[in-house]
Amino acid sequence: MNAAERVTRPALIDPAWLLVGPAVLFLLLLFVYPFLYGFALSFQPAEGDWFANYQKFFTDSRAWRTLITTFGLALPVTVINVGFALPIAFRLRRRTTYQRWITTLLVVPITLGTVLIADGMLTYFGPRGWLAQTLQLLHLYDGPIRLTHNYWGVLISLVISGFPFAFLLLLSYVTGIDPVLARAAATLGANRWNQFLHIYLPLLAPGLAITFCLVFVQAFSVFPSAVLVGAPSGSTRVISIAAYEAAFENYDYAMASTVAMIMGFAQLIVVAVVLALRRAFYRGPVSGGKG
Amino acid sequence: MPHDFKQLRLDRVSRRFANPSGAVHTAVDALSATIPRGEFVALLGPSGCGKSTVLNCIAGLLPLSDGAIWLDERRIDVLPPERRGFGMVFQNYALFPHMSVRANVGFGLRMRGTPAAEAARRVAKAFALVQLEGHEDKLPGQLSGGQQQRVAIARAIVIEPPLLLMDEPLSNLDAKLRLEMRGEIRRIHRELGRSTIYVTHDQDEAVSLADRIVVLQDGRVQQIATPQEVYAQPANIDVARFMGYRNVLDVKVEEARSTGVVVSGDGMWLTGVVKQTLAGARAYAAIRPEEITVGASGVNLIEGRIENVEYGGRDSLVDVRTASGLVLHARMPGKPAPGDTVQLTVPPERVLVYPHGSEP
Amino acid sequence: MNPAMQRWGERAWGALLVGLITLFIVNVGLMVAAVATNSFARRWLGTWLPDGYTTAWYASAWKEFQLGDVLWVTVEVVLAVVVLSILIGVPAAYALARREFVGKRLVLLLFLLPLIIPPFTYGIPFATVMYRVGLAGTLPGVILANLIPALPFVILVMTPFIEQIDPNLESAARVFGAGTARMFIYVLAPLLMPGILAAALLVLVRTIGLFELTFLTAGPDSQTLVVALYYAVFAAGVRAPQSVDAMAIVYMVVTLVWLLLALRFVNPTQLVSRVREQPAH
Repeated sequence: MNAAERVTRPALIDPAWLLVGPAVLFLLLLFVYPFLYGFALSFQPAEGDWFANYQKFFTDSRAWRTLITTFGLALPVTVINVGFALPIAFRLRRRTTYQRWITTLLVVPITLGTVLIADGMLTYFGPRGWLAQTLQLLHLYDGPIRLTHNYWGVLISLVISGFPFAFLLLLSYVTGIDPVLARAAATLGANRWNQFLHIYLPLLAPGLAITFCLVFVQAFSVFPSAVLVGAPSGSTRVISIAAYEAAFENYDYAMASTVAMIMGFAQLIVVAVVLALRRAFYRGPVSGGKG
Repeated sequence: MPHDFKQLRLDRVSRRFANPSGAVHTAVDALSATIPRGEFVALLGPSGCGKSTVLNCIAGLLPLSDGAIWLDERRIDVLPPERRGFGMVFQNYALFPHMSVRANVGFGLRMRGTPAAEAARRVAKAFALVQLEGHEDKLPGQLSGGQQQRVAIARAIVIEPPLLLMDEPLSNLDAKLRLEMRGEIRRIHRELGRSTIYVTHDQDEAVSLADRIVVLQDGRVQQIATPQEVYAQPANIDVARFMGYRNVLDVKVEEARSTGVVVSGDGMWLTGVVKQTLAGARAYAAIRPEEITVGASGVNLIEGRIENVEYGGRDSLVDVRTASGLVLHARMPGKPAPGDTVQLTVPPERVLVYPHGSEP
Repeated sequence: MNPAMQRWGERAWGALLVGLITLFIVNVGLMVAAVATNSFARRWLGTWLPDGYTTAWYASAWKEFQLGDVLWVTVEVVLAVVVLSILIGVPAAYALARREFVGKRLVLLLFLLPLIIPPFTYGIPFATVMYRVGLAGTLPGVILANLIPALPFVILVMTPFIEQIDPNLESAARVFGAGTARMFIYVLAPLLMPGILAAALLVLVRTIGLFELTFLTAGPDSQTLVVALYYAVFAAGVRAPQSVDAMAIVYMVVTLVWLLLALRFVNPTQLVSRVREQPAH
């Protein structure tokens, strides 16, 4: 690096591209290209017109029902996870030992992953597992509990893996809000509830929207839980199962791409809606006073 | 909250907290003071002396470990901040970034349920008072530091609080702006007549703004007096050092008379006044640079050679080294030349003598 | 609402939240304990505790699921992913942190997408391409697949880390006579080491648990531990549940060991936070 690279504006052939280049190239080849390839492939069905696969998807009731099933899982799960994570993250916004313990403990389910959670659920939430036995002992519920191999199994599994994620994400947003703002509001007469409503909530709105989107998107693409603790050919036949079957059981890669595209598009629509709603709120920096 | 009150009384207010290592640290130690209505009181002291802690306790943002705070006959330290009704200006202004400036200023009125028309009127009046008309609909991030400062002040005064609390509001401004805003704060205090408690580490600020100064160090009150008194008659050696008595000589007490005391040290004999009861044979003599003048007559004569000259336009801050090697700081008119010998004198009533280990 | 009632209300609310969190953590903990107990159980049919205890299931699981081979594959995949993502990602992060260049915002978007779009959505097209180029079911294919989210993750973790390093340090090094290479060796690399270590550990933990991408691209002899576990649970009707749970415990121990190691160096939120944390004032 010598005087020759002294420029007053970023040059077109910037040495920074040497550093960034390999990563960009890699992702272009292995992420963007397959996506485009899949997009193109979805319009090249084995038989019929260019839109035949899409048509097949939306006319086959077993196929488009997967969309409804998936939404029927992803939306409630997202609402539950974000809805519970918000008050708990807000309550734990101060850096105490308790907060650190909870944070560390909640990292564990995320790290263990959905497969292990599914296996654990079969043992613990199963009809003869500890939960069933406890409920019977406490006379809270008699008879066999059915929390596995159905809708509830997948729901519970998505909450176990999704709630900590929502919590940690929201916690990072909440702790980014300068606490002096709430103190200032207090001196002006705002009680705890008003402090939350007028100060924290508007400043959290952008982060809340992003958290909702990320949690939803993760829940929407559920696969191992839907198979292992759900009813993959019945009430929890989600869209990822449809895509998998098309690719690995029917070897119809065009159809698989079609389903994947539809899956991505459905997620995109929800994200766009949430972000559009967020624009009604504040969109700037989250620190108070001198920027 | 009563808007008319006779006095705010701090009664042996203490605040302690535990360090991360487990040791107990006393931030404020049994502070007692009475602040009558309408007075401008400065809490002055170096960093860590507890002045911000005291302010936060008065505001209700920190609980007391001991003692009580009374507003006339009503005890207020048991109330949460939102029920005390004091106005507070924070060091970093703490303006709500997601609200317009107008909404910021009107926030306190909104929390009190003030009807919209009345609130709008008072907000407009507050804007006029801080001279920030025309900026009402901007976001705080779009204003300069000085403008944000004014918004913070407007927000605190619009609720017409009985007491205004200010936590080093000028420390984030550059020197010129600080001077300007000082004048503004003085003007606003004159116009509104509200009791104000003002925290600062800058003695110039405290002296120029306050009716009375509370000097704090290590959580304890060192002196409560008018600016003139704190400036000219500091109560102990720490206050003296803080207030700019840059010459502190370690001396031996030679003779104590009713009219003064004679001390010796560093090859000089000085006559001074005792500010605190002396203990033992040794003491400190504190002298202001401004009070050392060029002259050859008088009781206290000092001769030395000029070493360092810091020119300031009207006069210069000069380091003078005496024969014994002691360096004195003095002010001399014009721009003296280094290397010159000079004769200095200081009136005995301006040589303040304090005992060693002098803390109240 | 008078203050006494308000305080009571706040306490009740706090208690409710504490109760919910405790319920969650306790249940998850018991779930893990159930798996562990089962893995050591001789037989367990609907009673509180098993009939007897044995460690035989671990040996049988090892043979049955070829855990030795699977573990080795996992080590290869994870190691390759960590090394490659660091090698490619750190320079990219440096460029993003220090330089402005044409197309920077597009590049940032490109790095963000694989972390936002869930693996299954882009995994299916990716698996198709792998099949077409003949890499499907091979070890390199699995490594490439896992690199897709790992690389942006390293970049997004390292970029704010590099931004925090005072750029004046590099200028100071140059002023005092260090060329680019020596500036890197003596100044930049030592400062970057903690961040690289943190990023490497985070990627390691995430890759061990990454299911979907490996699942879609692996063949029978290129399965990582988590995929093998999935197939084992899937076939749980055929295999004894105890040996499946034994395998699950092996997986859990492997994951937790690295997680605990990682937590010594990083804040737990960095494991999931896909946006830069705003520093608290």
